[in-house]
Amino acid sequence: MMNYIFAGIIIISLICAFITGKTQALSEAVVNGASESVKLLMTMAGMLTLWSGIMEVADRGGLTKLLCRILSPVLNLLFKNIDKKSRALKYISMNVSANLLGIGNAATPFGIQAVKELKKLNGESAAASDDMVVFVVMNTASIQLIPTMVAALRQSYGSSRPFSILPCVWISSACALAVGLFIAKIFKSRNKNDL
Amino acid sequence: MTFDFFIPGFIATAVIFGLIKKVSVFDSFTAGAAQGLRTLYSLAPTLVGLIVAVNMFKSSGASDLICGAASPLCEALGFPKEIVPMVILRPVSGGGSTALLTEVYKDCGPDSFAGEVASVLAGSTETTFYAIAVYFGSAGIKKIRHTLFAALAADFTAAVMAAVTVKLILN
Repeated sequence: MMNYIFAGIIIISLICAFITGKTQALSEAVVNGASESVKLLMTMAGMLTLWSGIMEVADRGGLTKLLCRILSPVLNLLFKNIDKKSRALKYISMNVSANLLGIGNAATPFGIQAVKELKKLNGESAAASDDMVVFVVMNTASIQLIPTMVAALRQSYGSSRPFSILPCVWISSACALAVGLFIAKIFKSRNKNDL
Repeated sequence: MTFDFFIPGFIATAVIFGLIKKVSVFDSFTAGAAQGLRTLYSLAPTLVGLIVAVNMFKSSGASDLICGAASPLCEALGFPKEIVPMVILRPVSGGGSTALLTEVYKDCGPDSFAGEVASVLAGSTETTFYAIAVYFGSAGIKKIRHTLFAALAADFTAAVMAAVTVKLILN
């Protein structure tokens, strides 16, 4: 997929620059883009490193476990059919907690385990179960308490208040999640009726 | 603004939690920070490639064409047209949309309306296609049913809500 996107952007740019006569600007963009991206990485480095450290402290101090406990009533409601003590639900809550803290490196392996467990519960079928759809939609809607990457980027472009966006991020990702779950639920009942 | 306390408060809570649990707080911090540097290292090649590509896209006038085509609809909805390319690329490519985000910051500033909406959008969505591919691919799920539709509807909602919340809360 990335191959097509990368190649596509470059080819479209070249064609477009010929049509609009902006070929000189195009070659400047290549030279500037490369050095600019490295500069960006350097300015982001401090904040990204700091937050990875803090999130590790939060994780080892038990904040992830605490989040799991707080989340479990909500998750029990969302995944009614799954046994509360099953490993699937445990992986799901670890995945969601790690996502909330923005520890993507930890969230993904838990998520993969969760889907594998859900597949077992679904009789090893190659089709996604309703619970899997709900779980993956939850992951694509990315609920994150502190979007550190965005804050780091904002700061490196001279924002006077890199974290000001937090309340907006929470509200809009909660709305996105609600819509995603709502659609998953509509399709769920329809599919049940077909059977 | 009381909200200013959230970030330092969060850091303090994490540290106090660690002390109560008798975790070696500083060692944890440095271990995590090292992980952060590794993330940065693995991010570098992607970001260099895509920022160059997106820079080319912008300077060639292609991105102006997209913004121009979308601008009547955007104006009617009160959505900043500078972000349209990012909305399109967001579910498909994380690195690509990050590169477009930096373009918005450069052109409009991170604290402008467009810059803030773009920030909220970047913070409240994921690379949908990637997440679906990773989770279902690794578990050998072939039929994804309505997952993509529900996830893209969520992405669209996030884009709309990003503009709405920034307008209501930050401006």
